[in-house]
Amino acid sequence: MTFDVWLSDPVNWVYLAIGAAVLLCGVRVVTSQNVVHAALFLVGALAGSAALMLLLSAEFVAWTVVLVYIGAVIVLFLFGIMITRAPVVRDVGLDNKKARPVAAVVALATFAVLTYTSLLAFGNTEVARVGDPTPTETLAEGLLGRFVLPFEVVGFILLAALIGGITLARRDLSPAEEEERGAV
Amino acid sequence: MIVNQFLVVAAALFSLGVYGLLVRRNAVMVLLAVELMLNAVNLNLIAFESVLRTPEALGQIFAIFVITVAAAEVGIGLAIILLIFRNRRSANVDDFNLMKL
Amino acid sequence: MNPLVLAAEEGAEHAVELAAGGAATQWAGLMLVSPFVAFLLIIWLGKNMKYKGGEFAVAAMGLNLVIATILFFQNAQGGILNDTHIFEIGRIGLFEGRDLVFELGWMVDGLSIMMYWVVAFVGLLVFIYALGYMHGDVRVTMFFASFSLFAGAMLILVGAPNLIQLIIGWEGVGLASYLLIGHYWEDLDNVRSGNKAFLTNKVADVGLILGAIFLGMGIGDFRFTHINEAAAAGEAGLQTVAVAGALLMFLGAMGKSAQFPLHIWLPDAMAGPTPVSALMHAATMVTAGVYLMARLFPVYQYMAGEAEILGGIITVRGLMVGIGAITLLAMGLLALVANDLKKVLAYSTVSQLGYMMTAVAAGGYTAGLFHLFTHAFFKALLFLGAGSVIHAVHSNNMTDMGGLRKDMPHTFRTFIIGSLALAGIIPLAGFWSKDEILATLDYEGYTFVFWVAVAGAFVTAFYMTRAIALTFFGTYKGHGHPHESPTIMTGPLWVLAVPSVIAGFLNVPGLEFGSFHNFTTWLAARVVPLGDHHPEAPDWGLAAIGLGAAVLGIALGWLVFGRDADTQEARDRLEIPVLYPLLRAKYFMDHIAWAIVGFTMGPAARAMNWVNTYILDGIVNGVGAITMALGRFVYGGVDQRGIDGFFNGVAMASDAAGSAMRKLQTGRVQQYAAGFMVGALVLVAAVAIFR
Repeated sequence: MTFDVWLSDPVNWVYLAIGAAVLLCGVRVVTSQNVVHAALFLVGALAGSAALMLLLSAEFVAWTVVLVYIGAVIVLFLFGIMITRAPVVRDVGLDNKKARPVAAVVALATFAVLTYTSLLAFGNTEVARVGDPTPTETLAEGLLGRFVLPFEVVGFILLAALIGGITLARRDLSPAEEEERGAV
Repeated sequence: MIVNQFLVVAAALFSLGVYGLLVRRNAVMVLLAVELMLNAVNLNLIAFESVLRTPEALGQIFAIFVITVAAAEVGIGLAIILLIFRNRRSANVDDFNLMKL
Repeated sequence: MNPLVLAAEEGAEHAVELAAGGAATQWAGLMLVSPFVAFLLIIWLGKNMKYKGGEFAVAAMGLNLVIATILFFQNAQGGILNDTHIFEIGRIGLFEGRDLVFELGWMVDGLSIMMYWVVAFVGLLVFIYALGYMHGDVRVTMFFASFSLFAGAMLILVGAPNLIQLIIGWEGVGLASYLLIGHYWEDLDNVRSGNKAFLTNKVADVGLILGAIFLGMGIGDFRFTHINEAAAAGEAGLQTVAVAGALLMFLGAMGKSAQFPLHIWLPDAMAGPTPVSALMHAATMVTAGVYLMARLFPVYQYMAGEAEILGGIITVRGLMVGIGAITLLAMGLLALVANDLKKVLAYSTVSQLGYMMTAVAAGGYTAGLFHLFTHAFFKALLFLGAGSVIHAVHSNNMTDMGGLRKDMPHTFRTFIIGSLALAGIIPLAGFWSKDEILATLDYEGYTFVFWVAVAGAFVTAFYMTRAIALTFFGTYKGHGHPHESPTIMTGPLWVLAVPSVIAGFLNVPGLEFGSFHNFTTWLAARVVPLGDHHPEAPDWGLAAIGLGAAVLGIALGWLVFGRDADTQEARDRLEIPVLYPLLRAKYFMDHIAWAIVGFTMGPAARAMNWVNTYILDGIVNGVGAITMALGRFVYGGVDQRGIDGFFNGVAMASDAAGSAMRKLQTGRVQQYAAGFMVGALVLVAAVAIFR
């Protein structure tokens, strides 16, 4: 197996640029000492992976990632950061310093195993039909046809999460507050 | 393009997620790392699909399901963190040793 | 067409056509379901409605009556129906090719259509009556719910195509009966009556269930059609179990149809509200036993009928006829001394059920069922009339009544009609059906039983005259001023009076209504020929004997009670010297039943206790002693030295390992996550390397 095919095509240079950006953002997500920065770098990492998905001709999923993750989930995270009153400035106590070596070993091992197995499995397999995006129609038919039951179940899970989130996060009023509210 | 190019990036993202998961003290940051891992999985699924090219685009459909469940997970996870924060005035994971008797 | 489906033997002149049955037979299944729908609706919505849910019960019964009437006319005019709708619901493999199949469904043939119609017709009228009778009573919603439950269970019973479904319906009506007898549960006596009815029936139900198992296992099938075919064909598999099965079935029928000596529950069942007595304990539920006999008629006719039991002293049929005959006369006599108006009617019911059972047992399939048919009308009429009287005077005792004929004209007139029909006065319904039973007994050669039945007719007329004299003549002895019941109650009385008068003409021997045929023809479609007797023309000689007995009874009754009804109780004692104490004590049957329970329970319990103390305990103690000796040896020798050492070592090792590993249990989620990741990686790497 040789790696020269990885760079032989001009489209690979686009890949290289995006991939490097994604990894850089990913590193900053887990190493940044500022919580807000970490969240914003996550935006970069997600946007980069959405771009990679575009390269892989998965347009619908890519834009879904942009909408759902970048549009909604990050906002949620920012809310979470604000509500838990995490310091929005540089915070040296954000990492558990003693855990760093262990975590680094485990992460490297993970990377090694995953890379090894995928190289072993796929070798130099080309991506089929570059630039031939999957029509949204195909996904729609799949979701509302063969996978309609899982689709409904996932919808139900979302509803349950919504209600569960509200129930968990809702603050119970103290009796005094209750009375006050009743008076108004 | 070679599919392994994407798989390697996804593996790297996943490993970074693992690192963040293990090293972060703030619970919100832990969740952030989990999101990174889930995203890596999605990238993997899309890459597999681009090789296999199933008629129903199964990999992409699966990725959509993962995104949806991840969104639900974030919602519930943040609610739980909020609840713990209210009770303990802290969002640090190493303060939560409730699992130890 | 099923080649085995034959018309009656005299079918030549009846010229019966068999029809496959149209859409109505499909819809017949609705009858079995609608009361249960009504039951749910009553429970759900009943509390807030004007009649507390009675509307639903009436609506369901109305629907059933429509369907039953359509079937009735189809059966009478369009050819005899013989249709079965069966759905398989389960199957248990027994032997090769002999699966035990559980099926539900409904039968549409002459017998079941007749029962459907009677249940729906009488049921509808009684339900309407109950709307008035129960108005303002306690727990009306519960009452109607139970009543609907009963109707549904009864229809399931009569529609059953196999013994399993029959048992389901059978137990269902038992349950509903229990609920309704104990409706006024504030009074402990009513609760006891309910328990008595339930337990007495349970004794009989054991017979039914065992009999069903015997017959079902005999031919590997529970369907009535198959059992009857096998009986007619003399199949060997059924031969071995037929007598035992038939007798056990008869025990079940004795319980539900209140045959001597299992009749003791029925008079007590009068504790329930009067509409319940009218529908369940007179017209429909108690006829279930007779219905079962008729449904399995071929088994008794061809298989078990002449078999000898008790060492050849008596035949199965002789036993059944004998029990029926004892019931019909002895229970009729009890009605002579009862003070409670409903109990008079209750004993009368038991007595009439004895007639039916005697007729069916003697081989008079049609005669017994025809009496069931007519009896349902006039006995329901009498009970509803009695309910009307009780409603007015607020007492069950005839000593609180008297002179009501002027205050309650509608009730009085319909009660007279019902009584005359019951007594068997020409040309009312009871005359023709009782005459047919007498003719059957005469034809089959049961001369002694024939005269018993004539005596029963005399007694019947006598006690009904007494009841009327005490209730409607003389002077009023109760409190307050009685008023006629509202139209919603008297209406059903008049409607029931109509068939009480004319129903008898449906089966006058030799009389046919053109293409409409007659009752005999309606019931003619059977899987197998039955061989019961149908005379060509009325035997006026027999009819005269029966009629004479009835007229004599009325005359004597009027002579004794009519002139001066007020002092009857004192005179009862004088004029019936020996019989009176015996009858007042109800032949000591209740005492005997208690004695049986007491005598068997006490000694049996003591015997069991003795066995327990001296035999079982001895064994247990002996085993215990041996075990202890063995234990001491094992403990001292093996355990203390060998095994304990080993286990103590293991325990210490576990303790040390636990202390070491407990340091891993930090409660830190991230350490757990790291461990999890490492474990997963090791697995994946192992698969990748060693695949």
